[in-house]
Formats: sequence, C-alpha cells, structure tokens
Amino acid sequence: MKHCLVVDDSSVIRKVARRILEGYSFKISEAENGQSALALCKQAMPDGILLDWNMPVMDGYEFLSELRSLPGGDTPKVVFCTTENDVSFITRAMRAGADEYVMKPFDKEIIGSKFAEVGLI
Amino acid sequence: MTPTEFAFLARFLKERSGIVIGEDKRYLVESRLGPIARKAGFASLSELTQRLMRGGDTALAQSVIEAMTTNETFFFRDGAPFTQFSDVLLPEFAKTRAAQKRVRIWCAACSTGQEPYSLAMLLDEKAAQFPGWRFEIVATDLASEVVDRARTGLFSQFEVQRGLPIKLLLKHFTQEGDRWRIAAKLRERVQFRTLNLLRDFSPLGQFDVVFCRNVLIYFDEPTKADILGRIGKQLAPDGALLLGSAETVLGLNAAFRPHPSHRGLFVPAAAGAAPSAFRLASAVR
Repeated sequence: MKHCLVVDDSSVIRKVARRILEGYSFKISEAENGQSALALCKQAMPDGILLDWNMPVMDGYEFLSELRSLPGGDTPKVVFCTTENDVSFITRAMRAGADEYVMKPFDKEIIGSKFAEVGLI
Repeated sequence: MTPTEFAFLARFLKERSGIVIGEDKRYLVESRLGPIARKAGFASLSELTQRLMRGGDTALAQSVIEAMTTNETFFFRDGAPFTQFSDVLLPEFAKTRAAQKRVRIWCAACSTGQEPYSLAMLLDEKAAQFPGWRFEIVATDLASEVVDRARTGLFSQFEVQRGLPIKLLLKHFTQEGDRWRIAAKLRERVQFRTLNLLRDFSPLGQFDVVFCRNVLIYFDEPTKADILGRIGKQLAPDGALLLGSAETVLGLNAAFRPHPSHRGLFVPAAAGAAPSAFRLASAVR
C-alpha cells in the first residue's frame, strides 16, 4: 500500500483529501504545517505528498525546498494543492520541485488524474 | 407529457440525432428539456412537444437535440488511445506516409474540443520527429453550441485540471482571468465543424485515423453498423479507428476488426493482406 502525506492547515481539507486518497488505496498521514510534515518525512519518507501552499509555521514552498535537500527527499511525488492559481505561483512551485499542481477546489477525479500523472495510481 | 408526446420525442431524437431514448430515460428528457421549454416560453414540456409536432421551428428542434446530447469529455481521456496514437500509429505513419508527409485525423464527436486539442498538443511534442509534415485534425460534433465553444479554445479551471498534466498547461495555455486559453498555433491546427453522423460525411474526405469515442453507445445497433460502415469508406486501407473503452465493432460491421494487440484500436478488415497495422502488431508484441 502506497503512503501519502497530506499537508494542509485546514482539518476539513485534510479530511476530504484523506477520504479521496483512501478511496485510491493510499495509507494516509496528516500534517498541519510544513514543519510537522518535514519531521514526519525524516521518520519515513512517503511515496506521495499532497501539499498546501499557505500554512502557518512553515509554508508549502519552504517545506518543498527543505524536503528536496533531505537524503531521499527527491523520491516523494509532490502534488501542490492550493487556492493559488496564478501562473506565477504554479511556475514557482514546479521550479521548486513539485511534480504536479492542483488548483482548489478539487474533486476525486482531479486528484486521481494528478496522482496517476505522477505514477502513483 | 403524455405517452404519445414522449413517443414522438423519442422518435424525433432517434431520427434527427440517432440517440435512443427509452421510457426509462423519461427523467433525463424532463431534466434536460425543462430548461429549454422555460427559455422558449412554453408552460410545459407538453407544449414544447406539441410545437415540435407541428414542425417548422428549426431553432427549437436544434436546441432540443443539443440539450439531449452528452458532452462529457476531458483532456487525454482514458490515456490509452493517445498512447496508441503516439506509440503505435505515428511510428507506422512515419514509414508509410514518408513520401506525402501528410496525415489526416478525424475526431468524430469532439464535444468541447479536449480530444482534438490533446492530439494537437501531442503532435506538437512530436514535431521534431516530423519536420515538414502536415497533420490535419478535423473535429466535428452534432451540437453547434459545443463546437463554437471548442473553437474558442477557452477552458475553465476545472476543465484544465481533468487529464491535463500541469506542464502542458503551462506550456500551451495562457491564463485569462479564471479561464485558460489554448495557444493560437494549436487552435489553428484543428478545423471544427458541426456535423451529424447520421448524415453523409463523405465530403470530409479520406482519413488516416478516426477517433469516434463514446458516441456510438447512444445509438441502436443498425445505426452503429451504418456509421461504422460509412467511416470504413472514409478510412485509408492502412488507417485505424479508435473507439471508446466500452465500445466495439464486433457483431456490428465486418469492415473493421480489433487490433490484435491494442484494445480499443480497430483496423480495416481488409488490412490482413497488406497492412501496416498487422506488421506493427507483430513488431510490438
């Protein structure tokens, strides 16, 4: 079973994402900010990460930069999932090492399509 | 709506669009035609049907037909047909069409354009391998409203997230407010036309590939067989037909047979003698 880490400061979004990804047979972990997510990644690197951009303590962009510099941090497929839908944000996220990008709001089909695109489904 | 009125509507839709509507789809007729009736100022669906029965209102007839069509589509839908086009058909055409450097593709039920634009993007990615080639994409649909939309190349945020990798979005689209428009050079690659598959489509000319996906499922068997037969006449002898994942030619028309190695891909039955498609089948096994 593949492991996906859902990183979002909204418990509602985490719950919705968990439900969708569990439907695709992922084992789910949750973190409410980048710092907690980084700690979890140091313990066990997930296969995929669904990552919000704007979060307190450490945002998604900073988390991604830190993640990619960790040993083994280049392996998780990172799908940004954010309300930031401007081209400049998307480009910045991709340059920082994201593999895919979901603009909120999303649904099961969009999440499935993006995780399929990165080879996790 | 009385049983007589419903029977008239079912017959009207079958004759004009090929769509088969049984009694079990009464709810669908009511939910889709209700807004058309209100917009046109009819007090009920019965009134609308009575007006259709009297005839002469072509705009109303077209609105009814278009409201009953299903326009579900998304970029690179089902994946496999695009992989087959890219990895199976294009390498074969590189050999068999090397002299004329021309390939004609028909998307026979293009809806809002995601299928032909997916092909246009795919061909753009392959452009370096086909210098000087002309890939002509003709995209048709019964519903003029969706064809007009397809022609604009403008998609909602929701639509561009369905099946379209983010890298292709960044590469081929520009943001216009909360929508996204596909690049002019890709729009120019696709010729959109309104076309009813029940009518003569021979003026479109001969094609090397026909995508006719997820449309035959709405027709009865004689209509499917008729359309497949006429597509067969428009297809090059070494061409290919791609149907939806739930569709087949088996038992419908002898003009085609399934490709032995690729589900959803069909080749002219006569291809056994010459044919690149079968040469290829053995090559890819």
